[in-house]
Amino acid sequence: MGYKILRKEELIPGQTTMMVIDAPQIAQKAKPGNFVMLRVDRHGERIPLTIADCDKEKGTITIVYLVVGKTTAAMNKLQESGEFKDVCGPLGKPTHIEKSGTVVCVGGGTGIAAMHHIAKGHVEAGNRVIAIIGARSKNLLLFCTELSSFCPEVRIATDDGSEGHKGFVTEVLKDILETEDDVAEVVAIGPVPMMEAVCRVTLPFGTKTTVSLNSIMVDGIGMCGACRCTVDGKTLFACVDGPEFDGHKVDFAELKTRLWQFKKQEEESMELFSKECHCNGR
Amino acid sequence: MADKKTKKVRARTPMPHQDPKVRAGNFEEVALGYSREQALVEAERCLQCKKPTCQDGCPVNIDIRWFIACLVDDDLEGAFNAIRRTNSLPAVCGRVCPQETQCEGSCILGKKHEPVAIGRLERYVADTYAARSACEEVTDLAACALERDDLKVACIGSGPSSLTVAGYLAGRGIKVDVFEALHEPGGVLIYGIPEFRLPKSVVARELDGLRKLGVTFRTNWVGGKTITIQDLLDQGYDAVFIGVGAGLPRFLNVPGENLVGVFSANEYLTRVNLGRAYEFPTYDTPAYRARRVAVIGAGNVAMDAARTALRMGAEEVSIVYRRSEDEMPARREEIEHAVEEGIKIRCLCGPLSFHGDNQGRLKAITVQKMELGEPDESGRCAPVCLEGETEQIPCGMAIIAVGTRPNPVLLEATPDLELNKWGYVQTDPETGETSIPNVFAGGDIVTGAATVISAMGAGRRAAREIAKRLL
Repeated sequence: MGYKILRKEELIPGQTTMMVIDAPQIAQKAKPGNFVMLRVDRHGERIPLTIADCDKEKGTITIVYLVVGKTTAAMNKLQESGEFKDVCGPLGKPTHIEKSGTVVCVGGGTGIAAMHHIAKGHVEAGNRVIAIIGARSKNLLLFCTELSSFCPEVRIATDDGSEGHKGFVTEVLKDILETEDDVAEVVAIGPVPMMEAVCRVTLPFGTKTTVSLNSIMVDGIGMCGACRCTVDGKTLFACVDGPEFDGHKVDFAELKTRLWQFKKQEEESMELFSKECHCNGR
Repeated sequence: MADKKTKKVRARTPMPHQDPKVRAGNFEEVALGYSREQALVEAERCLQCKKPTCQDGCPVNIDIRWFIACLVDDDLEGAFNAIRRTNSLPAVCGRVCPQETQCEGSCILGKKHEPVAIGRLERYVADTYAARSACEEVTDLAACALERDDLKVACIGSGPSSLTVAGYLAGRGIKVDVFEALHEPGGVLIYGIPEFRLPKSVVARELDGLRKLGVTFRTNWVGGKTITIQDLLDQGYDAVFIGVGAGLPRFLNVPGENLVGVFSANEYLTRVNLGRAYEFPTYDTPAYRARRVAVIGAGNVAMDAARTALRMGAEEVSIVYRRSEDEMPARREEIEHAVEEGIKIRCLCGPLSFHGDNQGRLKAITVQKMELGEPDESGRCAPVCLEGETEQIPCGMAIIAVGTRPNPVLLEATPDLELNKWGYVQTDPETGETSIPNVFAGGDIVTGAATVISAMGAGRRAAREIAKRLL
């Protein structure tokens, strides 16, 4: 018995996909910032993915993923009404959300999906949320409509200037920090270089900055220590101590190195997968 | 009686093993098991003592004398039932129990000669009985007078302690649901102990035996996350047993420990065992590989990690341990198997730092040379640094197997649960009950990392108390 895919939507064809999965027991408990571990099939690897949204009444969770390796490529072969062999969660500590004033939520790439769930939580807590989302170009922006539906201030940055500010999210962020003097917190979720850059921008302002670390995980419940990261000089586990940490204290260089650990094997897996037939009998 | 004294005691029947050179290159079981003839010869060595001290040495109190007597009479079913009465996992225990310090350690014959090979006989009975397809796994199921479908108990975690609780209670007609966080039930038997020491098919067989008794396994349910103890009590479970295992791996807190190529034994073993990385890329989970591997620590987990690394293709695997070989906590048999397979033992050295190349990959460990000093609180001689004497061990991968600390996932979600000063769950030693009424705990989450059988002993104590209260 698996976990049924109720809806599948390719947000950016061949690249980024959103899925709504039937998982009532997880939806019941899921909070912004939580993640799930999932496995496509019997031979699959366990991978962590942030819960982008959940619907407690319908008993569903939403995930958004970027096709980067074998597992996400295999996920992309799954169709609506197909199923995942395993989905486990909700894991990790949820985002710490309290009424604190103005919160700037920065999202990049598929991180926008996770950021949107957290931004929603901050809006519900009564905070003024300024969302900043970035992509290479206009057609690669995610969750624009969803964010705008509950968040009155959505700023956009694109590398090519096809929408919003031409440049990086960090430039928009710097601008906000210079003009607004009461930003209580900056939340950044996205590729590691982006989160690192956000932390560099906020540091001189002394603004509290939270990042969500996408470390390699195996069990996701603290058993293996694969996701260990150095925060404030201490070794912590992203799966049970995080995934969110004070960005100013994270050793990003170490995180980047550790994320490449299995590159060789991942390439081998992917090469094999691309040679297999995936026509599903058609 | 005079001739009993002078009677020559036959030597213990040796266990057939796969040749060390061959087995170092495969994941098949190392110990092959007794044949019927070997089992009978060994069973006949038993003295059938009036006071069977072996039984007292067994944490789950198996009627060892009785099961061996059945075996001598060629009554396999009788032998199996005698074991199964108190042990729900005989094929597992026959393989991984530290018999030398338990049943066999208490065997009278062992005082002057070699003890009866009780573990090997237990394995023989369990395996042979299961292989007879005509036999029902549990023969007294229909005769059970205590069928009570109004009673249900939840176990969190599906390792040895929970499986024991499940077997004991289900055998008495109580419905048991086991909640497992990972995608496969079995706990440490699946993710921790390698295939070559405990084949997954053996664990699967024991789990099937429990399913036939009506036990349900629900995978991907994380205690404290997907479901809390309060949820379970609210859902009408009459009792809850916490058997979530040891938890977070310990590291050494020395420089360079987070370099690429440094792993906890838990990660390495979970990738290989649960993720079946030894069948990569047929299975997707990868495991890191290196020509030279160092394993830090000398317990059973360290031996498992070292022997696994060898089978994964390492050319040189060393165990790095800060005390001497005499203090190694691993079972003697496991150390011997490791050495036979070619694993090097480097004693009296403790890691000072890990060094990497310019890409952040491990290339060497600097170790501090030690000598043995006075016994410490553990009763073992303490390692003392030989000032200024260090050595570099070149290696591309290091596996740290120096124990675990309590996993916070369930504990943080259950603030009412009283913990002891080490952060493990506080229980009544007689009943296994925690500070929350009708919530019990046992195994590594109570004692810290220990053995399969001690977890089973704790499970049995808790199950007996639960049965007493419910029935």
